[in-house]
Amino acid sequence: MKVAYYPGCTLKTTAKNFEASTLASAKELGIDLVEPGRWNCCGTVHALAKDDVMHHIAPLRNLLRVEEMKAEGKVDDKKVVTLCAMCYNTLKRSNQVFKDDADKRKKVQENMENEAAPYGGSVEVLHLLELLREQGWDKVSGRVTKPLKGLKVAPYYGCLLLRPRGTGLDDADNPTIMEDLLKALGAEVVDFPYKLKCCGSYHTVQMKEAVADLSYRILDQAKRAGADIVATACPLCEYNLGPRQAEIRKHYPSFGALPVVYFTQLMALAFGLGDESTAFGANTPDPRPLLKERGLI
Amino acid sequence: MLSFKPENRAFRDKVKELSGEKIDLCFQCGACSSGCPMTQEMDYLPSKVIRMTQLGLEEALDSKTIWVCTTCFNCEVRCPRGIDIANVMEALRTMVLRKKYNRVNLEDLTAEELRELPQIAIVSNQRKLTA
Repeated sequence: MKVAYYPGCTLKTTAKNFEASTLASAKELGIDLVEPGRWNCCGTVHALAKDDVMHHIAPLRNLLRVEEMKAEGKVDDKKVVTLCAMCYNTLKRSNQVFKDDADKRKKVQENMENEAAPYGGSVEVLHLLELLREQGWDKVSGRVTKPLKGLKVAPYYGCLLLRPRGTGLDDADNPTIMEDLLKALGAEVVDFPYKLKCCGSYHTVQMKEAVADLSYRILDQAKRAGADIVATACPLCEYNLGPRQAEIRKHYPSFGALPVVYFTQLMALAFGLGDESTAFGANTPDPRPLLKERGLI
Repeated sequence: MLSFKPENRAFRDKVKELSGEKIDLCFQCGACSSGCPMTQEMDYLPSKVIRMTQLGLEEALDSKTIWVCTTCFNCEVRCPRGIDIANVMEALRTMVLRKKYNRVNLEDLTAEELRELPQIAIVSNQRKLTA
């Protein structure tokens, strides 16, 4: 199965481990993720102001690329898979605006005059977790060669995978999609009350103390619930919960550390794939001592 | 007691138009404020900012709150009146930013920070907080 895949900027730099583990695991499930020949920035944040048309052009131009890939026979259908929560949210919401608002649709299409044809609105935006759910969790568990037995994983969703209500990949109040995947991988799922709390997002640039405080509260709750490790699906959450632990320790010296990894890394591990695919060496703090102790690597 | 003054109508209507939200529906239950992850950094609680916009008070534009909002939409999920508070915050930010105001400046970051921060952090930060 060939499916279009929109990586976005961060998957090519600080989140290479997210991409490597995704491409390798998807291949194991018979899914060939195909990157468009060219793509541009998704805009990172959805244009919320009602008169803002300009910021819908960039995300929708990426969806036009997917329509072109289908026309050229490079992919099986007009679906595009994303990994980053911000890409997912911006592409999906702009696509919805395009469908719902005739005036904005017209203006966006007029601004694509240098394209062979403007975007037609036929693409479906999916997060990888949704594609896995479509495949069926049995298919995922059927491919597991090294169940993550005894590994207590706390799934962390954050904001943009689920909100605003109705735009996310699962129930905004009580999501189970990441839990379902982790169970399919043989892990022990740890529920904790802050799994939907915001990590502070882009304020990590100028307000790192405030973000460290939020991250501390999230990680502390995961620890108290008994988690060995946190699973995430967003490169910004990963940064705020992972590398930002150095900032947390300045304010809460007794915090210690808690490994944070992408759900796809755990999938690659459970599928028995090698270091190049799991890519745990790129995570801070390093999850490998824990995984070695549990006999998983 | 504060009450709505007709001369404040233009500001209130502008916020309604830009946000697309029916801010008059808010009855001050405070669910948005209680779920907001950033209140400790704010001067006015989100529910207070909504009240200020109902009254058409332009002071809402001077509030630190509108810049501290992370647009995580926790308030949107909680609001029993169906108001997307994050949209109102964006409308208020937009009104200030369109006067060529920059809340943050990339030049304040060190080379190390620029190297280490994920691009999505920098791009979204600039998108939300600069003109």
